[in-house]
Amino acid sequence: MYQYDEYDQDFVEQRARQFSRQVERRISGELTEDQFKPLRLMNGLYLQLHAYMLRINVPYGCLSSAQMRKLGHVARLYDKSYGHLTTRQNMQLNWIRLTDMPQILLELASVEMHGIQSSGNCIRNITADEYAGVAADEVEDPRIYCEFLRQWSSLHPEFSFLPRKFKFAVTGSPNDRAAVKAHDIGLRLYRNDQGEVGFEVFVGGGLGRTPFIGKLIRDFLPTEHLLSYCEAILRVYNQLGRRDNKYKARIKVLVHETGEEAFRELVEKEWEAIRDGTLSLPEEDVALIRARFAPPKYEDLEDDTPSLESQRAENPGFNDWMDQQLAEHKQAGYTIVNISCTPIGKPPGDISSEQMESVADLAETYSFGEMRVTHNQNLVFTDVRKKDLFSLWQDLVKVELATPNHGLISDTICCPGLDYCALANARSIPLAEKISTAFADQERQKEIGEIYINMSGCINACGHHHVGNIGILGVDKKNTELYQLMLGGSAKEDASLGKILGPGFDEDGVVTAIEKLIDIYLDLRKDGETFLETHRRLGDGPFKERLYSAPS
Amino acid sequence: MPLLKNGKITEDAFTRVTGETDFPSTGALIVDLTSWQEHRSELLGRADPIGIELAAGESPSEIADDLGNLSLVALDFPAFSDGRAFSSARLLRERYHFKGEVRAVGDVLLEQLHFMSRVGFDSFVLDSEDPVQEWLIAQDDLNLWYQPTEDGRITVRQKRRG
Repeated sequence: MYQYDEYDQDFVEQRARQFSRQVERRISGELTEDQFKPLRLMNGLYLQLHAYMLRINVPYGCLSSAQMRKLGHVARLYDKSYGHLTTRQNMQLNWIRLTDMPQILLELASVEMHGIQSSGNCIRNITADEYAGVAADEVEDPRIYCEFLRQWSSLHPEFSFLPRKFKFAVTGSPNDRAAVKAHDIGLRLYRNDQGEVGFEVFVGGGLGRTPFIGKLIRDFLPTEHLLSYCEAILRVYNQLGRRDNKYKARIKVLVHETGEEAFRELVEKEWEAIRDGTLSLPEEDVALIRARFAPPKYEDLEDDTPSLESQRAENPGFNDWMDQQLAEHKQAGYTIVNISCTPIGKPPGDISSEQMESVADLAETYSFGEMRVTHNQNLVFTDVRKKDLFSLWQDLVKVELATPNHGLISDTICCPGLDYCALANARSIPLAEKISTAFADQERQKEIGEIYINMSGCINACGHHHVGNIGILGVDKKNTELYQLMLGGSAKEDASLGKILGPGFDEDGVVTAIEKLIDIYLDLRKDGETFLETHRRLGDGPFKERLYSAPS
Repeated sequence: MPLLKNGKITEDAFTRVTGETDFPSTGALIVDLTSWQEHRSELLGRADPIGIELAAGESPSEIADDLGNLSLVALDFPAFSDGRAFSSARLLRERYHFKGEVRAVGDVLLEQLHFMSRVGFDSFVLDSEDPVQEWLIAQDDLNLWYQPTEDGRITVRQKRRG
């Protein structure tokens, strides 16, 4: 993964010292909370329902063992010995004391970490395909360009006071694991008919109150122009984005109200004026960054690993895990391993200090000391030798990180909800726990197959409910937490938005409703269709009819 | 409120007459965009320096052809969180090559001075008891920059190339 050079390191340390001075001024009373608020937000420190929450950036989801170990240490020493993996591939600590912040930031800076721009109306952490750099289906490694975007967007002097927050996602694969069409800017690297590599540029996607699928505003952007083109988009947005209403301030509303074609013309005109300037990425600069992504020293291995067959046959648990958790690696004899942090009956994405330290050790043993955080709130080991899989599984079982539910119904996405969040209308974690408990049976989960349930505790949609195959939205109705269901969303290359199906349910009712929806799907599906495929073929009709008419 | 220029409290040579149409015959003036558009020839006929204040949302492109006649452009921050003027300042410097004074007025925060000086502002009207001290703190914030702007500071990318 990317290794900071002296400049990156110095930058983060300078920023940590700057914020430490600001915290000291707050503690001494020199700054009021009103004056301090924008400063702490620029450093990822929120004031939540019960305490300060610190959101720590994990750039495009890449984490080293040293960083994970440090997160475990920080969570133990300064928090309640656990952290939470977010849908932006970050980690949140929920119980931070302000007086500890200067020390926490210095600890994080020592392992190239920080909370800069994890909040505020600025360019947030860049997210990417969690398999970037190792996926068999990848055209080009997106991390190099994510890193250019990370650096370009870090304390950008022009774009730190945008109309609203701004999120990028990047993939280098035709199979979209980064939800690029649900972002302010989504980028997909591909090779055109002439064999050149460039980006498809999607703008104006997003969820929240007003969900939109991103519009393709440029179908081929040569990689050398990445930064100038993004600067043109951001400049148009910074000047013209709405500032009269925070709920209409995201770029998706500007694109929608301006019109796709007119918006494209504005961007292209701005870009023409700057395209060959200082933001161009000459090959020599790209080579410098690429060199800091030193590839691991892969062994020359046979892809075929016969030992696995007998290990699978003798260990049903290992067999289940193997069926679910692996993804194809570009290197023979290696595999990508998904590690579920969404165990049955537990909060999705929570990970204890002990587990953080264990995975840090395991990544060193099995994955060149590198892992990823996924937008599904899980972890990935990027480079595991197939012959080590049985041993890795046994070690993961010991620390309760071997749940075999990747892509299955119990692997939900879930926001922190009313248990933590000041914005939430309803709890989401207890509901996620009930759903995964209701579908705990592994055979039943496999029978149901690939399905994504996403839930948010309010309309702001941190749990990405619109793009869940089944989306759940928590609302507050006359002081009762109610949950609305929506079907047919997808965050992948076939992105689509779900629509509310009908009247909402209470917490127990919604679990029953989901069980009914699954029964209806199993009854209606043809030839190995997934839930999404069945829904796309039939629409809401039969689901709605049978869900709401069935005797309860 | 004090005017900070080049890190020093400076006597303001300009009189701000925005919203007015009865201009004094002598002395440097700052007028609003509408006044400029309506009284352009009268204002150009005066011997003393002239500046225009752009409200947030008024684009520098509207005065691009007149910049050669202007000594100053003031850009307003109606709230510190309204960052439109950051783009306006860059356009003035980088697109239109304006060499005069670019002044930040309105809700100008200490924490923004650093960014402002990077995008082309060179003077600031600050609601502060000790603007010089604030300026010094802001200069001390960072000495590394990833973004190229026309302020000519060496970026990290340039440092890496050696």
